[in-house]
Amino acid sequence: MKRLRLRVRGQVQGVGFRPFLHGLAHRLALTGWVLNDGAGVLAEVQGDALERFLAALAEDAPPLARIDAIETDAIPAQPDETGFAILASQRGAVTTGIAPDAAVCPACLAELFDPADRRYRYPFLNCTHCGPRFTITRALPYDRPQTAMAGFPLCPDCAAEYADPADRRFHAQPTACPSCGPRLSHSIAEVLAALRGGRIVAIKGLGGFHLACDAFDAAAVERLRARKQRNGKPFALMVANVASAERFVEMEAAERALLEGVARPVVLLRRREAPTLPASRAPSLPRFAGEGLESPPLRSGGGLGRGQASSSSTLPDAIAPGLAWLGVMLPYTPIHHLLFHEATGRPDGTAWLERPQDLALVMTSANPGGEPLAIGNDEARRRLEGIADLIVDHDRDILIRADDSVMRVVAGAPAFLRRGRGHVPTPIRLPRSGPPVLAVGGHQKATVCLTRGDEAFLSQHIGDLDNAATLEFLEESVAHLRRILAVEPVAVAHDLHPDFQSTRFAESLGLPTLPVQHHHAHIAAVLAEQGEGGPALGLALDGFGLGPDGGSWGGEMLLVEGVGFTRLGHLAPLAQPGGDVAARQPWRMAAAALARMGRGAEIAGRFAACGPADGVRRMIEAGINAPPTSSCGRWFDAACGILGVRAVAGFEGEAPMALESLVRRPTVLEGGWRIDGGVLDLTPLLESLLQINAQEGAERFHGTLAAALVAWAMPELAARGLDRVALSGGCLMNAVLAEALSAGFAARGVTALLPRRAPANDGGLSLGQAWVAVQSLLQ
Amino acid sequence: MSHGSGGKAMAQLVRELFAAAFANPLLDQGNDQAAFDPPAGRMVVTTDGFVVSPLFFPGGDIGSLAVHGTVNDVAMAGAVPLYLTAGFILEEGFPLADLKRLVESMAHAAREAGVSIVTGDTKVVERGKGDGVFITTTGIGVVPPGVAPSGERARPGDAILVSGTMGDHGVAIMSTRENLSFETDIRSDSAALHGLVAGMVAAVPDVHVLRDPTRGGLATTLNEIAHQSGVGMLLREAAIPLKAEVAAACELLGLDPLYVANEGKLIAICAAEDAEPLLAAMRAHPLGAEAAFIGTVVEDSHRFVQMETRFGGKRIVDWLSGEQLPRIC
Ligand SMILES: [Fe+3]
Ligand SMILES: [Mg+2]
Ligand SMILES: [Zn+2]
Ligand SMILES: [Zn+2]
Repeated sequence: MKRLRLRVRGQVQGVGFRPFLHGLAHRLALTGWVLNDGAGVLAEVQGDALERFLAALAEDAPPLARIDAIETDAIPAQPDETGFAILASQRGAVTTGIAPDAAVCPACLAELFDPADRRYRYPFLNCTHCGPRFTITRALPYDRPQTAMAGFPLCPDCAAEYADPADRRFHAQPTACPSCGPRLSHSIAEVLAALRGGRIVAIKGLGGFHLACDAFDAAAVERLRARKQRNGKPFALMVANVASAERFVEMEAAERALLEGVARPVVLLRRREAPTLPASRAPSLPRFAGEGLESPPLRSGGGLGRGQASSSSTLPDAIAPGLAWLGVMLPYTPIHHLLFHEATGRPDGTAWLERPQDLALVMTSANPGGEPLAIGNDEARRRLEGIADLIVDHDRDILIRADDSVMRVVAGAPAFLRRGRGHVPTPIRLPRSGPPVLAVGGHQKATVCLTRGDEAFLSQHIGDLDNAATLEFLEESVAHLRRILAVEPVAVAHDLHPDFQSTRFAESLGLPTLPVQHHHAHIAAVLAEQGEGGPALGLALDGFGLGPDGGSWGGEMLLVEGVGFTRLGHLAPLAQPGGDVAARQPWRMAAAALARMGRGAEIAGRFAACGPADGVRRMIEAGINAPPTSSCGRWFDAACGILGVRAVAGFEGEAPMALESLVRRPTVLEGGWRIDGGVLDLTPLLESLLQINAQEGAERFHGTLAAALVAWAMPELAARGLDRVALSGGCLMNAVLAEALSAGFAARGVTALLPRRAPANDGGLSLGQAWVAVQSLLQ
Repeated sequence: MSHGSGGKAMAQLVRELFAAAFANPLLDQGNDQAAFDPPAGRMVVTTDGFVVSPLFFPGGDIGSLAVHGTVNDVAMAGAVPLYLTAGFILEEGFPLADLKRLVESMAHAAREAGVSIVTGDTKVVERGKGDGVFITTTGIGVVPPGVAPSGERARPGDAILVSGTMGDHGVAIMSTRENLSFETDIRSDSAALHGLVAGMVAAVPDVHVLRDPTRGGLATTLNEIAHQSGVGMLLREAAIPLKAEVAAACELLGLDPLYVANEGKLIAICAAEDAEPLLAAMRAHPLGAEAAFIGTVVEDSHRFVQMETRFGGKRIVDWLSGEQLPRIC
């Protein structure tokens, strides 16, 4: 008889790991014990079936467990041992973490819809395999008093389950039932009636409030859009299941897996019906002048009454105007499931969960005014007044906000557009361990990152730091990460930009500061998550970042070596007339491209309908507040402006998203680019777009840009004997570009490393900054 | 104009030009200094150098600006300006006709403002070592009793007022310099504000803060005050007076008008209950006809100046370390 001592590291606490070991030991007739300590799970097991035990440990671990390492030691057997015990937890240096929030598990769903179960239709049921975690936990250790459940003493039934090692609610900190747990402010029937009545309903979820309405009710969708002042920005859709989603969107296996995963992100999926796209070559009229003086005209087509909706797959175009993708998510809290259950007539059992359902809801973050998501009940009442017709809340507090994660499948694998609920605080493993550092990201889509050893804890999406509430959220996120990781950073990394609030925050901390160039950080983020420690070539295809020369960078070929980098090349500069204004008005970048072609005289005529075209021409020609930028994003804008895809963007990224939407198959224009001394010039490509229609132009722009980038990088890769290239920056959110680049490099024997664990956009900056800082401290 | 041998004659010419234009009893004595009895009350002194391109712009020139700028710095202490001194650095070759024009403009501005230029100095530098003309002026004034506005006196709850439209001067300068013609000509607001201030402190002697939002505009000046006073501010975008032409020019140029310079406007911060009488006093003066109540001082450990936008959100109106750099990635 053998005895093993096991040390299991990873996400192994609060996820039902001890009952799992207990059950496994019983099944295999093993004896021993298990306990939680500061480093994870410690166990001793003894018996004959140790091989099978170890195999099951790796294969059948609970759904929320993440095993990073199992260390085993053979130790002397204890012949008179009987049974398998769960011993009291031991404190120690904390290296274990809190799990992310997870969708309701199948066992809980079975209870939820079983009329005989004591939790039948209870909106807050959960177990060690599912439910809220990160968003209800104040600090470590992860115990009920440290969570939002502190004020809910367990009833005898729940207490018995909580104490029973054989129960899946053994030490389930958030467990609850109708007699002892939180309560919803309204009945599910009332909520559904409001939604069906065309009302806008604020619903408290896991990481914050959503604003919801009936997705088939065009008037309600328009009302929500008007009240939220969300200028054309797409809304996410919640449907009951994959079968329901397939009425609107196409999906492949990887997309389906992403949609159904326990993290339940919003997944961008291709719509079955092509959206209405601008057909004419004339620039679309500014729909949202500058800061948005007009609300966008909403197309009325596609709005259907509910009577027709049941058999239709047509959604109001206002959900995602002019875009080829829909953001779709599946229910993840019991409240969501109960709404669909109610809508389909409260069937018993779970068979209905697989069947297509009529109900489809718009579900958008309740973050009016661009400020962070509302999480408190009073806060919601104050901030959502005039937006929501009904506020549905409950008495389980959200302690830290987390927006829905937004993902899409890019080049065959999942990628983040926004990282939040369901993924925080899962750490990202760094190539090397080092001293703890904090990194504070950029200005937009801010995230922060705190490291501990070789783990990088990237925060949830925080937002754009141009209001005080978002900045306070950033400060809270730093404080919360420090608490739940029990780690104090020794240095803080930030962007080079002197006027980012994140930079000022970093400087206020009293820690040594380390400025990291924006695109260096973008590339370092990919290298960090993909375990690339050595010198690497990276293409940062981005909107804007300040260069060390004070210039506007954004289309960069960098050789990154540890804490330093060399700028091997960049895209040819375009004037950016008016600075940030030009980033919101693609026609200005089109004007800059025309000027670059030597066709400045055409600007006034071509863009007369878009704005002060002749003034912009003079700014470009005289260099008045028209600094040159090597930004790839601005080249995209120029293409959008020339093709008339969007003259003025109602929201960030609208124009390139609309351009990407037009692409069926990218094409390559031979001779569409010039390479000279490291500078990649796309002027011939842009000039050719003047002659063709928007769809052809979109396909040519994407295909030729990708081919040009590959042709540009290949000699530099070959000269250094490198067969991998890191790709990052906001333009890599564009799946068509990312896939064309991947394929283009693959055809030349080079592997393209794409961001997978952090967003390619500025949401990933803090990870890259942190990795540069860790390496700097290791020097 | 030259120095060296012919320079002597030129210097003589310039002295005569100045003497004639600025004539007043103290200057006329021809001494290297002006001597006078100190008036009763607290005295205020300030100095400012003026460098502007172009030297002549719609609504003013470097001469009038050199008077207004210093008079206004005196006036922002709540004071009545009495005397100015002026130092000129002229670039060799600067056209005498232009010099005459700006000196006359300066004299006119001083007369209008009721201040005397009582002493001065002129230096000529080699061609290429100056930019036409640089002027430095020093102002002396006296503060009425009971008046003590100061940048550290803003208190939570106080009202923030401005005397008129923002950004006119900076846009006028920029459009002239860059030869950008807008549909309507935008003129600099360059003006002496002590008359306006006199009416204000007569109505509300305890005005907490007075400041002219010159370089860096309203945003920068309010941030300075917020830091000095250890407070935050909450502005309402819709309440900030802005000429439509200035707004359009800023939209074209991609500038935020809140960061654009003014030369004839002031910010006043006073107790909430004094806001109405102060606003009335401002509006009673021609230079304050478009005065407005634009926001409130609030408690804020971050000392943020925030603004409620027209669309219901709030944004931080930050100070900038340099020019307006892009931020959108
Ligand atoms: Fe970026
Ligand atoms: Mg001064
Ligand atoms: Zn469960
Ligand atoms: Zn209970």
